[in-house]
Formats: sequence, C-alpha cells, structure tokens
Amino acid sequence: MIDMQGVYKTYPNGVTALNGLDVKIEQGEFVYVVGPSGAGKSTFTKLIYREEKPTKGTVNVIDLDMASLKQRSVPKLRRQIGVVYQDFRLLPTLTVYENVAFALEVIEENPKNIRRRVMDVLDQVRLKNKARFLPDELSGGEQQRVSIARAIVNYPKILIADEPTGNLDPDTSWEIMHILEEINETGTTILMATHSQEIVNTIRKRVIAIEDGMVVRDEARGEYGYEY
Amino acid sequence: MKFKTFGRHGKEGFKNLTRNSWMSIASISAVTVTLLLVGVFATILLNLNDIGSQIEEDVEVRVFIDLTSTQEAQEQLEEKIDEISKVSTVEFQSKEEGLEQLIDSLGSEGEVFESLKDENPLNDVFVVQTEDPQDTIGVAQTIEEFENVEKVEYAKETVERLFNVMDIARNVGLAIIAGLLFTAMFLIANTIRITIVARKKEIEIMKMVGATNWFIRWPFLIEGVLIGILGSLIPIALVIFGYDFLYAEIKTRFPTLFIDLLPVYPFVLEVSGLLLLMGITIGLWGSFTSIRKYLKV
Repeated sequence: MIDMQGVYKTYPNGVTALNGLDVKIEQGEFVYVVGPSGAGKSTFTKLIYREEKPTKGTVNVIDLDMASLKQRSVPKLRRQIGVVYQDFRLLPTLTVYENVAFALEVIEENPKNIRRRVMDVLDQVRLKNKARFLPDELSGGEQQRVSIARAIVNYPKILIADEPTGNLDPDTSWEIMHILEEINETGTTILMATHSQEIVNTIRKRVIAIEDGMVVRDEARGEYGYEY
Repeated sequence: MKFKTFGRHGKEGFKNLTRNSWMSIASISAVTVTLLLVGVFATILLNLNDIGSQIEEDVEVRVFIDLTSTQEAQEQLEEKIDEISKVSTVEFQSKEEGLEQLIDSLGSEGEVFESLKDENPLNDVFVVQTEDPQDTIGVAQTIEEFENVEKVEYAKETVERLFNVMDIARNVGLAIIAGLLFTAMFLIANTIRITIVARKKEIEIMKMVGATNWFIRWPFLIEGVLIGILGSLIPIALVIFGYDFLYAEIKTRFPTLFIDLLPVYPFVLEVSGLLLLMGITIGLWGSFTSIRKYLKV
C-alpha cells in the first residue's frame, strides 16, 4: 500500500526533513507514527498524499510511483486518500451535511448518490441527528467526527490522521479512536501521527518512531516513546 | 465537463462576484471606462478610415511627359511605370484630351481656351493609379526620377495630411486604450486575488479531497468573465444608441455632406461585438494572472 525506500527530503530553504527513510505499510494496517516535533512526521505524511515530492529515493503509494506521477494525476491519487487534521478544517458557513457532501460535490460525484452516502457516513460517526448543525454549534469531538466523515466519505484506501486527538480532551479522544478502529476494521489502512502516550500504550498497534528524518523503531505492537 | 457541473461553477463564480461587491464594482467600472473609450475611438477611427478610403480612391498620380520626348521614349516610360509593383493602371491621356477635359470642366468660361486648340500648351500625361492609395507618394517619387518626365503631380497635401492625422489619432488612441486595458486588467486580477484569499480554506479542502485543477479554477475564470461582460454593457448600449442618434443628427443637419458615415447597421453591432469580446478578454486575462500567481494549482 505504502512503500518508501531510501527517502530523502530537503526543502528549498535547506532544512532536511527526511534522511534516508524506509517504510513499508500493508493494506489494512493501523499504524501510529510517533516522534518529536520537527522529526519529519508531517513530511512523511505529505509524501503519501503528494503534497511534497521526495528529493531522493522511491515513494510508492497504492501502486503509483510518486516520482513519475503527473501533476494532473494527483487528484486521482487524493481521491483514494482521506486526511484528518488536528484543527478539523471544516467550512464554518456550511452545515455538517454540506461539509461532508462538499467533498463529493467537488469531485463531481453523481448527485443521486451523494445524499445517501453522506447520511450513511454521518451515521457511521454517529452524527446523523446533527446533520443540519453548523460546525460552531458542535463540540470539538463532534467537529473532528465531521472531519473524519468527510475524509472517509469517498471510501479511501488510506486514512491519514495528523494528531486527530491533539485538541481534544481524553474522553473525546477515546471516542475518536473507537471510530478510527471501526474504520480500520472495514479494511482502510490508517496512519495516525500522535503525541498521545496513553492512546498508543492502550490501543496497541504497530508503532513507527521517526527521529531526525529516519525510522528509529518499528514494532508490530509497540509502545509509545522514541528517545533512546 | 458535465452541464450540471458548469451550472455549479457559474453559481460559484457569481457568488464570488457578490462576495466582495465593492472590489467587483470597482473592476466593472474600470472595464466600463476602458470600453467606453474603446467604443468612441473605434467609432471615430473606423469612420475616418472609411472617409479616408473614399477620398483616397480619387487619388491619382499625373505624370507630365516631356514635350521633346519621342514616341518611342514615351512607350518605354509607360513600360517602366507599369513595371513598378505597386502600380495598378497606367492610362495615356493625350494633350488634346487633356484640353477637352479642361474646357469641359470650366463650362462656359472654358470657351476662351477653344482658341488654344491649335497651339495646345498642355503636356501628354500618364494617369497612374496605385493598388493601395497609401503608395501614391512613393510611386510618385519613383516616377519623378525617370527620364522624359517633366513633372509629377498628385494630391500631395491632401493625402499626406490625411494619413498624418489618422496615424496620430490611431497612435494616441491606442496608447490610451492600452493604458486603460492594463488598469482594468490589474483591478480584475486584484479582485480575483481577494476572492482566492477569502476562499483559501475551501480551495485547500478541494485539493485535499482530489478536486481537479480545472474544477478549482473555473469559478474564478467565470468571475473574471462576468466582470468583463458586466463592464461592457453600458459601453455597448451607448455605442448603439449614441451612434444611431449622431448618425441621424448629422444627416439632417448636413444633408449635403460630401462624405458618407458608415451606416448604423451592421456597424454598431460589429463595434458591440468587439467591445464584448474585449471585456471577456480582459476578464479572462485578469483571472488567469491571479490564478497563476495565487491559486497554485
């Protein structure tokens, strides 16, 4: 599903974010990505949805070679990847329903299918009864569930969650984690960058620790931590 | 692109327009002012051009043949003139014909010249017409150098002055219009930039979920085109009604005017088409400038 070999990334301002990174992730895996801020976690995830290109090395995502992927094929890749951010990134003037439907409308999905699919996915994140609310009228956890619904509404093969619980209180965080686990059970590969020791140590999954732009630890049922 | 999608882009483009209405109004006004001037200049210049060609059609070069030249030399001269690439016709007019013409043109007063018929003081003449009236001066100067030519006459003053006035009018007009076009384009680009910044979040999400680049661009292009079209409405109305009015007014006040203005139709429709096209072009140009710079798709 995701295969990176000897990946280097140096930004135009001279900052080296990745320093020979090797990662292989299979379909259906649930992977935590841990590491200190500035270690290269964000760059690592950006390479997957082709927000950035590697300076050196090969990046393969869903059988597509990122080096030779043409600019106009990028949308095709992104339709198979869902992204959830720490700050939700919902459109404040649109209702919950509209926020989720937006993701389908802008990829020119058949309008006939949109309504049913959006209601299904809102049901999945248990927000069906709040479809007409505006994001401001929701709690943080609910807003994050909307953003998850938006990310998975197009049946992505990969879901990337960048510190999805970073702005949430512990109870709400567990709620989000259960939803992510449910999504994972349907076969979606999940990559979750996190700083939460509690979550990583409780819901045991594969842990990839990145430090100084390299994978320093990769354990099938790992614990939190990255400093050796 | 599906028709339904295009409807969406149109709606979004229109929403963009109303979102920062003051900037939109400023841009539309700039287009309006620009196209008003374009309309006025185009009307004047096209009419001048037409009047010019009406006058030019009468422009001919008269080559006076040296009185002492032989028949053979005259034929050689005719051949040489005919060989000049810009010359369309060369017509020989004998001095007898010339005198007849002169007498005719003077009417009853011409009768005094009747006595000259035995001692005709005129020259034999080649009447030369050029393919393009603009070449008159050049052709006349070339022929002047030939042998057996006594002198060359053409409506030098008229032709030169006409071309000078038209050149100056055209250049000044084009310079002003070019300046205004840039101003209008810049204002449109700025309006679009503000819309793009205002919709930054939406654009980010669109990119993230895999909207195509063109899907993201369309609403902004439509916004630009709408500004261009709205800006061209007043100038078009003014050209159609204004020219119609002026045309009728000139016809009634100066019924004996020797020149003809271009008839109202299809002239005003052609100018309107030009204005609309220019409006759309400026709009698209402004949009593309900002899309390329700020949209990054």
